[in-house]
Amino acid sequence: MATSHSGLTVLVAGGASDSHTWNLMFLQLLLEERGHRVENLGPCVPPRLLVERCQLLQPELVVIGSVNGHGYRDGEAAVRALRTEPGTAHIAAVIGGKLGVDGVRDEARRHRLLDAGFSAVFDDGDLDAFTRYLSTLTNSAGARADRPSGRAAV
Amino acid sequence: MNAQATAPRPRSFGGFVAERAAAGALVVQPRMGFSDPALMRRGLERTKFAAATTVGTITLDSYTRLGEHAAARKAVAEGTALNGYPIVAHDASTTRAVLAGLLDETFPVQVRHGSARPQQIIRTLTTLGLDATEGGPVSYCLPYGRTPLRESIDSWAESCELLAALAGPDRTPHLESFGGCMLGQLCPPGLLVALSVLEALFFTRHGLTSVSLSYAQQTDRAMDEEAVRALRRLAAQLLPAGTDWHIVLYTYMGVFPSSARGARALLEAAAELAVATGAQRLIVKTATEAHRIPGIEDNVRALEAAAATAAAADRGCADSGEADSAVYAEARALVDAVLELDDDPGRALAAAFRRGYLDVPYCLHPDNAGRSRSYLDEGHRLRWASVGRMPIAADPAPDRRARMTPDRLLHALTSVARTYDH
Repeated sequence: MATSHSGLTVLVAGGASDSHTWNLMFLQLLLEERGHRVENLGPCVPPRLLVERCQLLQPELVVIGSVNGHGYRDGEAAVRALRTEPGTAHIAAVIGGKLGVDGVRDEARRHRLLDAGFSAVFDDGDLDAFTRYLSTLTNSAGARADRPSGRAAV
Repeated sequence: MNAQATAPRPRSFGGFVAERAAAGALVVQPRMGFSDPALMRRGLERTKFAAATTVGTITLDSYTRLGEHAAARKAVAEGTALNGYPIVAHDASTTRAVLAGLLDETFPVQVRHGSARPQQIIRTLTTLGLDATEGGPVSYCLPYGRTPLRESIDSWAESCELLAALAGPDRTPHLESFGGCMLGQLCPPGLLVALSVLEALFFTRHGLTSVSLSYAQQTDRAMDEEAVRALRRLAAQLLPAGTDWHIVLYTYMGVFPSSARGARALLEAAAELAVATGAQRLIVKTATEAHRIPGIEDNVRALEAAAATAAAADRGCADSGEADSAVYAEARALVDAVLELDDDPGRALAAAFRRGYLDVPYCLHPDNAGRSRSYLDEGHRLRWASVGRMPIAADPAPDRRARMTPDRLLHALTSVARTYDH
C-alpha cells in the first residue's frame, strides 16, 4: 500500500460512446486501495469534457476504460484532444479494456493509440501490467518531486 | 387486469406477446444489432424462423444512441463495424429493405437503443412501420452517460407522446421499461422493481396503453422469484385499468460464465424462472457472451435452447404472488414515497433523485445521489450496506463484505459466472 503522500491524482473516465460503469468503478476502488486520489467522471465522457476536467484538476494520470468495442476510435479521439491542448498535453494517459468489437488484439490499431499519445495500452484483464505501470509512475513522480519514493505501490 | 384478459390486438407487440402467452408459450428475444444491413436482415430472418416463439430485435449502435449520427455515417462509409444498427444514419429505404417480408403480425420487431434523448430515433422508427421500443427516463439516462435527468424526463415524455400518436384501430404502440435492469447487476431487487413500475406509470401517463416491465435475473433464484412476483403485483395494483402489460425477464446481465456449459445453464435457469413466475417474454444471452459480441447463430442457439427449456419447465402457482415478500415491501415503500412527491410521475422521479429517495448503488451519474451501497451476502442475496436517504432499511447486520474493496467488487461481479462455470 502506498503512503498517501506518494499517491497520484488520477482521473478515471469511460470512452465517449461507452456506457459501461463497472470497469470504471473497479478501477476507482483499485486505485484508491493503492493510495491514489480518484476523480471518476463515469461513462460516456466526450473529449471536450475530459480536457476541461484535466485542465482544472491537473491529474498525474488519466485512465480510460473501454469495453463497448469502440475503444480504438474513442480512445484515439480522447488522447488526441489531451495532446492538442497546451494545459493537458503533458498529462500521462493510458487506456485498457475490450477495445474492438471482435475481441481480437489489433496490433496496428494498438500502435496507432500509442502514436496518438497514450503511454500504455492494456489488454482486457491485464491488471498486472496496469499495476506495474502504476508503480513505475508513482516512483518516478516521487523522484521528480525530489522526495523519498517510499514503498512501491503494489 | 392482466394482459391475458385483453383481447388480442393485431399488429401489436404487446398483443402478440399476450396471445402467445395465452397459448402457453414464452416469447424469447435476442439482443442483436449489426451495422451491415445485410447482416441485420439475416439476423432478423434467422430469429423469425428459429424453432421458438420469437420477436425480433434491432439494437442500435452507441453513436446513434448518443445522437452522433455524423459519426455513425462516417463509420458506415469507412466500413468500420459499429456495435449496432445505425437506424438514423442508414437511409429509410435501406431499413425498409431490411424489414421487408419479415416484420408482420407474426413477427413484431422491437428497437433497442439506450438513448436519454430518443426523439429522433422514435421519429425514425415510426416512419419505418415500427412501433415497439424500450427505455425510460431513468433507466436510459442514469447508467448510460451524462445527460441531465430532468432533460431525459422531458425527452422521454415527448418520445412517449410521439410513439402513442401511432395508435389506431389496427395498431397499438408498445414501450418497455428498462428500469429492472439498472447497471445490470448488484442493484438490490426492491429498487429495480420500483423503477420498472415507476417508469411504466410514466409511460401510461404520457399516452401509452401497452407497456412491459422488466427485471434482470440476479444472483439468487428465490430472491428473483420474489422480485418478478412483486413486479406483477405492483403492475396489477398501480397501472391504469385497461392497460395491456406484461413482464419481460432479462437473462443475467452481469459478467457471464465463460464456459459454454455454464452459459447455457444460466440461460436455462432464466427460462425456468420466467415460466415459474409468469413472465411472458425472455431476453436471452448466448454461450459466447463472455468472449465477444454474439453472432447470429449464437443467438439462434440461445433462442432455441431457452424455448426448449421453457416448454419443459414447471409453471408457478399463480397465488404465490400475493404474499408480502421482503422485495415487495421494499419496492412498495419506494414507489409510494416517490408518488407522494408529485402527481406527475416525471416530476416525482426528478424530485426523488434530487432528494435521494431513489439512489442507484455504484451509479456514477451526476444526478444520482451516490450514497447507497449494496453487497452480496453469503447466501447470494443482494443487500443494502447503505441506503443513503432512501425510505427503506439497510441490512441490520451487514457483515465485513459490506465495505466494498476492488477484490470484493470483482468477487461480487463474478459470483454468478463462477457458480455456473464450476
